Amino acid sequence: MTIVEAATFRIVGHSLRRQAMELVVQALIYLAALVAISLILLIFVFVGRQALPVLISPAVHEEVTLGELFLPQEYGTSEVPLRYVWQPVSVDPKYSLMPLFLGTLKVTLVAMLLATPLAILAAIYTTEFAPGWLRETIKPVVEMLAGIPSVVLGFFALIVLATWMQERFGFDYRLNAITAGVALALAVLPILYTVAEDALGAVPRSYRQAALALGASPWQTAWTVVLPSALPGVFAGVVLGFGRAIGETMIVLMASGNAAITSWEFAEPVRTLSATIAAELAEVVFGSPHYHVLFFIGLLLFAVTFVLNWTGARLVDRLRRRLAGVER
Amino acid sequence: MNSTTSTRDFPLLKVQVSDRASVAAPVTDPKVTVESLTVRYGRRVAVDAVTLPIYRNLITAIIGPSGCGKSSLLRALNRMNDTIAGVQTSGRVLLDGQDIYTPGCDVIALRRRVGMVFQQPNPFPKSIYDNVAFGLRINGLVHSKAELDERVERALRQAALWDEVKDRLDRSALQLSGGEQQRLCIARALAVEPEVLLMDEPASALDPISTAKIEELMFTLKQHYTIVIVTHNMQQAARVSDFTAFLLSGALVEFNPTPQLFTNPADPRTEAYITGRFG
Ligand SMILES: Nc1ncnc2c1ncn2[C@@H]1O[C@H](COP(=O)(O)OP(=O)(O)O)[C@@H](O)[C@H]1O
Ligand SMILES: [Mg+2]
Repeated sequence: MTIVEAATFRIVGHSLRRQAMELVVQALIYLAALVAISLILLIFVFVGRQALPVLISPAVHEEVTLGELFLPQEYGTSEVPLRYVWQPVSVDPKYSLMPLFLGTLKVTLVAMLLATPLAILAAIYTTEFAPGWLRETIKPVVEMLAGIPSVVLGFFALIVLATWMQERFGFDYRLNAITAGVALALAVLPILYTVAEDALGAVPRSYRQAALALGASPWQTAWTVVLPSALPGVFAGVVLGFGRAIGETMIVLMASGNAAITSWEFAEPVRTLSATIAAELAEVVFGSPHYHVLFFIGLLLFAVTFVLNWTGARLVDRLRRRLAGVER
Repeated sequence: MNSTTSTRDFPLLKVQVSDRASVAAPVTDPKVTVESLTVRYGRRVAVDAVTLPIYRNLITAIIGPSGCGKSSLLRALNRMNDTIAGVQTSGRVLLDGQDIYTPGCDVIALRRRVGMVFQQPNPFPKSIYDNVAFGLRINGLVHSKAELDERVERALRQAALWDEVKDRLDRSALQLSGGEQQRLCIARALAVEPEVLLMDEPASALDPISTAKIEELMFTLKQHYTIVIVTHNMQQAARVSDFTAFLLSGALVEFNPTPQLFTNPADPRTEAYITGRFG
């Protein structure tokens, strides 16, 4: 073998080995993706199968029908009408989902109404006003906040926040929708903030320059130019936070009081969809109507989050295109 | 009427300026006077003790090789340098005799009087109408929708853009071509009726036809405004301006009526630059 031949052989051998390596790595990545997707599908199929009897099984329908889940019933007396009751473990089980819907809605509403403006204002402050070193500090700190396990936030809400809020606002009940909502806001805030901060930071400097050169104050610039330009991103953060708020379980399980009451009163205990599953699934009789209804709730939660994310993504896309002038 | 400094420091001012100057008015006291202005970025000196008058209703061009401090000098005139971290400014800039760097100066009011057009067209991602109305709205300069409409139209007409966009005022400004966007930015600056208009290489990102339109526009605008234009294009400076300042490494080499600076430069470095021997 000549020197040239030997060198060629080595180069060819080298590149062959590299190609083989790449094939292996690619295969591994595909495999990992396949496993992840199949697992998600399996979970979905499993939940769906456990929920299906609520729709089709006569045995389940003997105890609870679809109408009972969603429509008003005549549970009470004529003096005290009770239309929506969640009481699955009783002699005469009652399965109205309305109090759970309402509970989820109230807690989520409080959390979002609190977290959204706070996160957006904080993000505006960091991108538009904070000096460089402070910006570099705030962001990682808030991202760390996102890493706090929700059981810790729930614990904090249960022990500290609930007492403080009751003393401060004079609630009749220590644990209620407002307290749970405030705790939930703590969990949602970092998500919202991080996404909003990224969106605001991505607004071209030239927009700010143009506004300032027209005699806008820094606040006017932030509010009338930077925020509107970042709106698609900020909105995407809101959708993400909303999804998290609806699905979050541990915090509401600990801080909401868990009473399935049907009312619009925010200072009362509530029970959410997610907390209901968490609290009841461990003790439910396997295969019972109650068991299937809990899975049905899970499916509903899944559907709600899915629809929410999907509409959210479409809205974000529309906003983005309108901003770019593609669409009016 | 001339202030003593300007007659002494700038003896050539009595010279009849560019024959295309639409107003053959005698040169009076400057609208803006730059006095020993120094701008530093940290320790780097970008503008070095520049002294310069800017005359009313005339176009003053600032030329010089890239990085010589043209933009820094221009941004000093409406204090846009304040928005850059680490900038230090010393010296004085007098607008109608008032130093804009005195501590009590209202920067927001100043920027309304001294408008600016940037190198890259930078319309907001809003409608054409909202772009032009922006300055009027945030400064609370109008009191009714009718008045706003009228001033938006006037600004767009002044920027020679009205006929092109009058049917699509509610469309996004980002749909306009680059040249139209830049004229929109001019309209946006004009809408608040500034006294001075600063333009930082306003045509450098544009095609020749759009460039010609903007230059044409400047001739009509100077009846009402005092214009300062930064350009690295010497032909452009010669075509449009009445006075030209030549900067080199932050220092003012020569300031003279444009015809004189380009035909009979007083400084050998100016001659070297305009004949293309460096820069
Ligand atoms: N934001 C900045 N930070 C630091 N240095 C800068 C900044 N802007 C400009 N400079 C420096 O100041 C000098 C003048 O810049 P500039 O005014 O932009 O020149 P020109 O507009 O003539 O090209 C250059 O050396 C440039 O590197
Ligand atoms: Mg420049």
